[in-house]
Amino acid sequence: MANKKKLSEVTDMFKDVDILSLEGVTIEGDIEIDLSGLGGGFDPMLAAILGQENAVLAQHFARLAGVFGVPVGFGAPAAGVPAPAPAVAPALAAPKLKDLIPAKFDVANIAEWTTQIQEVPIGNTSADGGSRGKRVMLGGEKALPFFPDAPMPNRNQVTIDVFDMRLGLAKAVKENYDEVMDNPGEWAKKNVEKFNADMITIHLISTDPLVKDTPAKEAAKTVEEVLQAVDVPIAIGGSGNPQKDVEVLSKAAEVAEGERCLIASASLNLDYAKIAEAALKYDHDVLSWTQLDMNAQKELNRKLMKQCNVPRDRIIMDPTTAALGYGLDYAYTNMERIRLAALMGDEELTFPMSSGTTNAWGARESWMVSSPLKEDSDWGPREYRGPIWEIITGLSLAIAGNDLFMMMHPTSVAVLKHITQTLFGSIEAEPVDIANWIGAEV
Amino acid sequence: MKINSPLEAYKYLPQTNCGECGEATCMAFASKLIDRSGKTADCPPLMKEKKFAKKLAELDRLLAPEIREVVIGVGDRAAKIGGDDVLYRHKLTFFDKTKMFFDVTDTMDEAALVERVKKIANFKKFYVGRHLLLDGVAIRSVSNDPAKFAAAVKKVAEVGIPMIFCSFNPAVLKAGLEAAKDKNPLLYAANKDNWKEVGELALEYKVPVVVSAINDLDTLKTLAKTFAEAGIKDIVLDPGTAPSGKGMKESFTNFLKIRRAGIMGDTEIAYPIMAIPLTAWMAGITDPVSASFWETAMASIFTIRYGDIMILHSMEPYATLPLVHLAETIYTDPRTPVAVDSKMYKVGNPDENSPVLFTTNFALTYYTVESDLSSNGITCWLLAVDTDGIGVEAAAAGGQLSADKVKDAFDKSGFDIHKDVKHNSVIIPGLAARLQGDLEDKLGAKILVGPMDSGRLPGFMEKNWPPKQ
Ligand code: B12
Ligand code: SF4
Repeated sequence: MANKKKLSEVTDMFKDVDILSLEGVTIEGDIEIDLSGLGGGFDPMLAAILGQENAVLAQHFARLAGVFGVPVGFGAPAAGVPAPAPAVAPALAAPKLKDLIPAKFDVANIAEWTTQIQEVPIGNTSADGGSRGKRVMLGGEKALPFFPDAPMPNRNQVTIDVFDMRLGLAKAVKENYDEVMDNPGEWAKKNVEKFNADMITIHLISTDPLVKDTPAKEAAKTVEEVLQAVDVPIAIGGSGNPQKDVEVLSKAAEVAEGERCLIASASLNLDYAKIAEAALKYDHDVLSWTQLDMNAQKELNRKLMKQCNVPRDRIIMDPTTAALGYGLDYAYTNMERIRLAALMGDEELTFPMSSGTTNAWGARESWMVSSPLKEDSDWGPREYRGPIWEIITGLSLAIAGNDLFMMMHPTSVAVLKHITQTLFGSIEAEPVDIANWIGAEV
Repeated sequence: MKINSPLEAYKYLPQTNCGECGEATCMAFASKLIDRSGKTADCPPLMKEKKFAKKLAELDRLLAPEIREVVIGVGDRAAKIGGDDVLYRHKLTFFDKTKMFFDVTDTMDEAALVERVKKIANFKKFYVGRHLLLDGVAIRSVSNDPAKFAAAVKKVAEVGIPMIFCSFNPAVLKAGLEAAKDKNPLLYAANKDNWKEVGELALEYKVPVVVSAINDLDTLKTLAKTFAEAGIKDIVLDPGTAPSGKGMKESFTNFLKIRRAGIMGDTEIAYPIMAIPLTAWMAGITDPVSASFWETAMASIFTIRYGDIMILHSMEPYATLPLVHLAETIYTDPRTPVAVDSKMYKVGNPDENSPVLFTTNFALTYYTVESDLSSNGITCWLLAVDTDGIGVEAAAAGGQLSADKVKDAFDKSGFDIHKDVKHNSVIIPGLAARLQGDLEDKLGAKILVGPMDSGRLPGFMEKNWPPKQ
């Protein structure tokens, strides 16, 4: 333990590895806080909500370090104070409780889960004829997420949103992106370098005839810019205008030829065949989007496969995400039902799923300064409410079967990745002696 | 439940169609038993007549939920946990929402203790016409001193919400039980070292008890079985809740396995499960906001996957608000959207000059709109149109919200737009703008298209009300 590390050095170490799959990475030695060394440019994801105060940054970092099992030489003791040994128990000879009646616990795996979810890659590396630095793999499950019945082959992935124009966002989100909002390339870079995005989604919202009506050709340039700026796989989204999107996404697919992007989205209320055609022609995946309706999801998937000849390993589904408190019950159950049906053999549903987790920011609880109702208990600071709303919306859907998360707040991304990867089993941490929790100092 | 068709339940009913239960026929009542909206106690003949005693007992056995129901505390705020019959909510619904207990210690000073307990008891979050609440207090004996523990229990008991007594020391638990007679607290916990003494307390004071065996399901089942054989029925299981790394994955796996076994019919382990996300605070996270986020994330996992009762620490609103909403999300009945009665409501004390608005009878929509109006002091008439409990946008897309439906709702409510107000105008939701023309024809009134989000109604009113003639 003679070896001392500066916080800033630890930051650098985390920068290169995927911070949340640190398997096999061990950091030895104590960490020394070096506040001056943090500098203005340093802002790990967890700092975002709290402004750039160095002291707080350091604490946040200690948190990350702590969870990773890095010995942290400052702050409160890591574990609770052990409870004192129980005093001598009253020696009541219990007449009814003489001896333990031994029992063995046993439970079987679910026999009906016979079908594997399709594996779908996003992004082409040079080996695949593209220029991405890595490939993201989704799907492949043979059981509900994190269940012991069969190991989950691929972890959850997070793609962070980039928009092709400045737009109104919840304050807590905007703070993190304000200086890059006029430059999609820089925005994408920040998402990858600072906020640890596995992927980038570029939303071409300015193409909407009611917004700026940016021509498809110009929008395609933004896509090229993002592809140049970062080497992670990307998703390309339209504006939601069913007529214009077909044109915009087709053009975007063309300029991104060979990169295997995720084209978002094909849906039943636009010319999905054209979207599928462009995706196939230029080597991309298709996001099959329906609105909280499992039968519509089957219908669209069927059409994509049978009518448009989209191969199975190019389809990802977005069954729609409603926020916590605003319809998450529907979104959760829709996803869980889709995944269960798929595992039990419904070949029209055996695809990885994607969630527009950012929708959580539509919930009033995530952005309103305080409750509009006097009787409510205090809602507390919204700077913390928003990110946790996004986390819990996403985490619930991760448990329901969702694979890919489209997200916005850096803190939400960091915590969601960490908790899902803990359940996935790739996080090593110092075991905590929970037997003593009663006496723990918290 | 061992049966799943009304016909099977019908066999055990008196079959007289006497109607005392409020249903026209015994068969109708049988369907209510099967969907669990009715219970055998609602059939007086079955309850009272001796000749049905055997049938009643058998029917109750068949209808009992797979996971035992356990009640903690007494009175209005008693917490009922367990009661589930399925592994996935869409297969029926989940029963008995996950209960959230927050910790205090017997070493806190009295004022701080009382303040925290009151904060727990008084927490309120309005949601679709109800308040979401927190459920109880877990008193941790940090002192391990029976007298100190008893003193803390006395203080907490005065507030009147359910309690969990936390100590592995039977003497401490006994002191607590003496200090809170008849309050029906949950004892935490019996383990492989103290089970005889703690089990004896559960029997003597007739209180529910937790059996605890960390990561050891054989021992957990052994303890539960031993207690059940001794006549202790109200058992809660604690398989341990590890806060990080592989330990957390293991805890998650244990919850899944236990609940799966219970629902599949292993009655020896078919009890409610306790999660302790409070252990997040032992994981070495030094920043309190981060620790609270982590605790909330842990609690969410176990709300979804089979935790029936939890012990938590963070009372920050950014912990409690998402938690109460998530429990509501997972436990709300998927078979029926929560709806309000379709009728004309008054916001404040409206008169003939007050604006008239409509919305849908989906509870989330109605209460959102209602609170936007009332909290901004907008006095008005608000009609809830029957859309089968669907919100504005989805109902407009799915056809449940049409000009005919709105007209119908006005007619049924007895409100006459031409007589009861002078302005002959109706403000409609922005998301229902496409109904404007139709509505003008059907209602013979002036239609003002309001904002998309009812939150913007105050600004809209300022500009547009009263309507220019
Ligand atoms: C939850 C949901 C569902 C649930 C509905 C549950 C329910 N009980 O309502 C389910 C799963 C059943 C569902 C089904 C469908 N849905 Co849907 N659903 C949603 C979702 C995710 C949230 C809707 C919601 O509850 N919002 C919250 C409530 C409070 O909003 P609200 O009722 O509109 O009220 C607000 C405003 O209207 C306004 N307001 C309300 N009253 C009043 C009154 C006045 C006077 C004023 C001024 C304002 C006002 O203020 C309120 C607060 O902001 C939205 C997407 C989204 N994120 O918005 C899609 C969405 C509404 N659904 C959509 C669709 C297409 C459907 C389906 C037709 C899908 C299908 N093919 O089956 C079906 C139709 C079902 C039916 N009608 O029978 C589309 C509608 C598209 C459109 N505009 O035409 C949406 C927008 C999704 C999308 N982006 O495409 N859906
Ligand atoms: S009260 Fe009992 S006997 Fe009478 S109708 Fe109802 S179920 Fe049948």
